[in-house]
Amino acid sequence: MTLRSKGRWITWFGLLLLAGVYVRAIAFTPVEASQGGAQKIFYLHVPAAWSTMLAMGLVGLASILYLLMKDDRFDRFAACSAEVGTAFACVMLTTGPLWARPVWGTWWTWDARLTLTLFLFFIFLGYQLLRGAVAEPGARARYSAVLGIFGLVLLPFIHLSVYLFRTLHPQPIVLKPSAPSLPGAMLVTLLYGFATFTVLYVGFVMQRYAIATEDAHVG
Amino acid sequence: MGELLRDAWVVARKDLALELRTRVGLISAVVFTALVLTVFNFGRDPTAVGVLDLAPSILWVTFTFAGMLSLNRAFQLELENQALEGLLISPIDRRSLYLGKLAANLVFVGLVEAVGLPLFALFFNVPVWDILAPLAAVIAVATIGFVAVGTLFSALVIRVRFAELMLPVLLLPFLIPPLVGAVQVTSRLFSHRPLSEVEGWLKLLLAYDLVFVSLASLLFPTTVDE
Repeated sequence: MTLRSKGRWITWFGLLLLAGVYVRAIAFTPVEASQGGAQKIFYLHVPAAWSTMLAMGLVGLASILYLLMKDDRFDRFAACSAEVGTAFACVMLTTGPLWARPVWGTWWTWDARLTLTLFLFFIFLGYQLLRGAVAEPGARARYSAVLGIFGLVLLPFIHLSVYLFRTLHPQPIVLKPSAPSLPGAMLVTLLYGFATFTVLYVGFVMQRYAIATEDAHVG
Repeated sequence: MGELLRDAWVVARKDLALELRTRVGLISAVVFTALVLTVFNFGRDPTAVGVLDLAPSILWVTFTFAGMLSLNRAFQLELENQALEGLLISPIDRRSLYLGKLAANLVFVGLVEAVGLPLFALFFNVPVWDILAPLAAVIAVATIGFVAVGTLFSALVIRVRFAELMLPVLLLPFLIPPLVGAVQVTSRLFSHRPLSEVEGWLKLLLAYDLVFVSLASLLFPTTVDE
């Protein structure tokens, strides 16, 4: 089986899991007391944010590996991961306002994490604009690897400013020093969402990578 | 280490000598700064928004814009007569080349800020004299951070189409942490709050400088590698 068709199968599997996320979130997860039904979008929004971060992390990692080993496959992978990350960032940035409107009373607020995930989206866009503007493959790989690493290093600064800037955003509820404060049934749905979006990420990147490899051989 | 810094100084001195002989870049950047400050004055309703509420933003948006425009020239001027190739085959460590460019950019942006700050105080009637030392320190710390990233990025976009546009597009996300931090600290300074209130921001600004200056000098050699 080719990489492309494997990727397609994994994507179909991910989409099936995604249908499961909807079913579980709507029918089998308790309604949050203060936010009501609107909170259900949480099970898509947070996993999408996770996949965006995962994509950025792997762009950075692949960029480091590219600079160390000068293997074109890492460069190709970073490019694909950035594209897929942009797509997940779009999901995150559309589901966020949809949730914010009923709960915070505003579509958008310049809260720290919102602002900075928006800028993460801009880094992805800049990364792709740069790739599009450099014609020579070697220079393109080098330049984008440098930008990829810088983008990854910017992330901790993004995270730090969450704590410093006055913020409306919920504080971290799963990955934090003390035990997760999310009730069990909700936590299971959320973790299921994380798994689903990770599978989707893998499926998308595999397909995109297969296309990029074909491109490289043709071009 | 000594050699690294000595070579960096040679590169910086070359850039600054070039700049100070023509002075076109420097004067343009200063005039640009004055104009942006003027634009800000007419871009607000003085009866609705108190000047002190807006002052830190005015100061920092002006400085970052002026800085960003100045950064393009650092490597652009090396394109003529393949001067960059000359620099790259010269027997100096490439990190020296980066540090030299960084130093020259810092002096350049620093000079623009040194003219911009009194103009800002004059135009917006903000008393800066009694907080001059801490304000200058914050300006220096924030400027080092964004110029460090900007210097590397200007080497990155040198051969790219629409370089003048590409640099701000790539650089602006990286300006957010230093910009937010600088605005927070500056606004506390203007309202005479104790600096202990912004200790976290100061640490963030310093960490940003440290991380990005090291990272940029580490990655610069691979960036310009032909």
